[in-house]
Order: sequence, then C-alpha cells, then structure tokens
Amino acid sequence: MDINSKTMKRIMLIACLLAGVGTATRAQVYMARTAHVSFNATAAGSPEKIEAVNNEVASKLDKATGRLGFQVPVKSFKFERALMQEHFNENYMESDKYPRAEFDGMVSNIADVNTNNDGTYNVKVSGKLTIHGVTKEVSVPGTVTVKRGQLVMSAKFNVRLADHKINVPSVVADKVAKEAVVTIESALNVVRK
Amino acid sequence: MRKASILSVALLCTYVTSFGQGGFMDDMNDSAATKKKEPVTATFKATRIINSSTVENLAHGVLDFRILHRFGRVSDGMENFFGIDNATTRIGLDYGVTRWLMVGIGHNTLGKTNDGFLKVKLLSQKAEGMPISLSYMAGMGLRGDKAPALPPGMDFLFTNRMGFVHQVLIARKFNSKLSLQLMPGVVHMNLVDSSKDDNTMFSVGVGGRYKVSRRVAITAEYYYRINNADMLAAGATTYNSLSVGADIETGGHVFQLFFTNSNGMTERVFINQTTDTWTKGHLHFGFNISRVFTVVRPKEFKKGAADKW
Repeated sequence: MDINSKTMKRIMLIACLLAGVGTATRAQVYMARTAHVSFNATAAGSPEKIEAVNNEVASKLDKATGRLGFQVPVKSFKFERALMQEHFNENYMESDKYPRAEFDGMVSNIADVNTNNDGTYNVKVSGKLTIHGVTKEVSVPGTVTVKRGQLVMSAKFNVRLADHKINVPSVVADKVAKEAVVTIESALNVVRK
Repeated sequence: MRKASILSVALLCTYVTSFGQGGFMDDMNDSAATKKKEPVTATFKATRIINSSTVENLAHGVLDFRILHRFGRVSDGMENFFGIDNATTRIGLDYGVTRWLMVGIGHNTLGKTNDGFLKVKLLSQKAEGMPISLSYMAGMGLRGDKAPALPPGMDFLFTNRMGFVHQVLIARKFNSKLSLQLMPGVVHMNLVDSSKDDNTMFSVGVGGRYKVSRRVAITAEYYYRINNADMLAAGATTYNSLSVGADIETGGHVFQLFFTNSNGMTERVFINQTTDTWTKGHLHFGFNISRVFTVVRPKEFKKGAADKW
C-alpha cells in the first residue's frame, strides 16, 4: 500500500462524511404525494350532499424553515355523483383554466415539533391560499402527529366561496353552502430518492 | 478499482448537491395526477347533441332516465295549438356499464317502436397527443305498430319490424366553448316502403355546440343522406334532418330545448324518414329531460371509505 492510496482513502472518507452531512440536511424536507383533501359545501337543509374527496394531493414541508406547500389537482376531486363532479369542474372551479389549487405558507412554530419524539403537536399555519385563480391570505390552526419519523399533518378550516370568486347560481343556493368545510390530512415522509 | 471509487464519490457528491434546486413549490408538480396526460372532459354537456348520440358516456354506475318530447308542427297554428296537441315521446333508460361502455333502451310512441343501443368509447381526446375522441354506436329498433299494406303474397315477418344503425362518432373540443362532431353512419331497414329504395342507407351527420355562457350552449346537428335521399316514408317526401337548440344547465340537470324538422327519435326515423322541412316552416319544438341516479357509488364513497383516513 503506497502513500497515494492512503491519501486517497482519507479523501474518500472525508467525501463520504460530507455526503453524509448533506444527507442529514436533506432529511429536513418532508413530502407526500397522496395527501387527502376533502370538502363539504352542503347547505343546511339541502336534500343532497355537496362533498368530494381528493387523494392525489402533493404536500411538502421544510422542517428547518417551516415552509409548507400543498398542491391540489382540482380535477382529481371525486364526487358521489358524476354529474356534480362535471359541474364542479366546468362551472364552479373552471378547472381547465385553473387546474390547481395551491397553498404556500409557513408553520410559524415549527421548532415546537420534535421529530424524534412521537406525539401530537399543535401548529399555526399561515400563508397564501390560491383557489380558482384567486389568492387569499389565510391563517389556520392544525396538528402535526409524529410517529416513527413520519409526520401526519391535519387541519380543518372554512373557505368562503365568494372569497375565491366561485359563483353559486341562485337556483342551487339552497344546496351549496356559502362556506366549504375543508379537511386536510397529509402523511409526510422524509424525502429519499 | 481506485477510479471506480473516485467516480462513485463524485457521483454521490453531484447527487447530494443537485438536490434542492428549483423553487419550493415547483418540484411537487410531478404528482401522479398532473403528470399523466389528462383526457379532455365535457366535450358536450350531455350524451345527446339533440337527437344524435355524443362521444360523452355516462359514468360507470350512473342510470339516466330520459324523457324526450317532440311536439307537432309549429306551422299547424291554432288548430293544433302550434303543435302542442300532437306530440311524440320516447321514454328511455341509459346506463353506464363501465367507463367506456354505455347501453340504453327506450320506447317510442312513433311507430310503437322499442329500441336499444350500445355506445363504446374507443379514443379520448387528450390535452396533449390524441386530438379527437372517437366512439362507436350501434342500435336496433323494433316497430310495434300494425303491418303496413304489403303486395299480395308477401308476409309481414317479425324481422320486417327491425331496423339497425351503426355510427362512428368523431368529436373534438376545440376550446372550452366550441365542440364539433362528425357522424358517418349506416342505417339498415329490413323493410322499406318501395322496392326502388335501398335497404341500406349511408349518411354523414355533423353536430356541435357553442357555449354562450357557463351554463348555456347553442347546439345544432344536420344529417346529409348519401344514398336513398329520394325515398318516401308512408308516401311522403323525406328531407335531411336539421335541428337547432340550446342546452341549459340548471344546477343538477341539463335541459335541451330545440327546433327540429324530425319528429322521430331513433336514427332510422330522424335520419332517413324525416318528412318535414324547414323551408316550409314544418318545425317541431322539442325537449329532452334527463334525470340521473347514481346506482354504483364511486370507490371513494363506498360505505366506510370515508372513515378510512
């Protein structure tokens, strides 16, 4: 074994350590591709339920900075009634024009969440919510449940349809509520490629 | 050996540093839903333009109860209250068997005809790639009325009551407002009025819709008969079918209101046996009403599915 190969081994060791550090930093980013978003916009006394679920939502959390993002493909909302789903896309959300709903914001108290300690943490989330092409600042309380390295984020909040210029014609005003109750659940894992 | 090690370290470093490029929101874009090339939806508001089938199928597990009405000639005036007194009706049930197969049955007051059809979605227009949607529609009608006067020695067989239709529906949604459909097809009647007439008749239909608002669309369809255009129906001259109307969506339903020179609602009648013409003002006011029922719930709404997460 000559001196060169010893040097090389050291270099490799340092390189690997550096790579390891890199990986550790990288582990701060959590993602989910099949997060769930559902909403209920049934008006009180409506004979039919106006509700839908979406299981193709992408979400991302940077644990270091607290930045949190959601991307919701609008056409992936599934309704019990196919016709309602079509009208939702065609007339209310105009999903050809606005294919995605988005949230881009921050978890203000992300430091409270200890990923090494299983349990449920209350968090405060605020940021920009874009639905139907209209962006609005929102602030929402939620929870993060840590379980064996996985973060499950949950939140429930109301979205006023008028805030996002979603028009409800008067003939269905007794069926579609003015506010939709939105439920989010996202099981995020450390990004690995 | 050494080279390989250096290479692997270099690769590892490149891999590590390459992470984190691009905007925070951007690298979520490749979610399963947005990545796949999405089919174009809502080419038409309903499964019929006016009389003709569209490339739209009912969703899987959806039952559609349809009442179609064609009043008499508007030109009849007060005598028949502008046609309101003489109406033909078809009552039918359509069902979405799968995402690509739809079937239907119906009963027509005109000719006491029972009919059935199936429609198969073969191609779906995509945002990128496939430029058209294409469906195949096959139908059969069985007349239930009395035997017509036949030449001496000729029996009126059960098969004489039958008529068949095959159509290829080729549609494209050009933009959110305009959709057009081309409908080459063939109608075969086991019994025609005259021995001069062909039993097999070819035709090409064109139809379309133009949305004038989010909930209202103007619709039209026209059939050109390639052969047998001079055939008579019960002794009367026949004309090409032309219909113009509007789709009006009121929350849960689509109402189709229109004027047409055809008072029949099966292809055999409206393509080949239309005996009225626009040029003489022989128009019929008509409407299609549909009420859909969800028979099979989507998997997201199966019992207990909501509690799963």
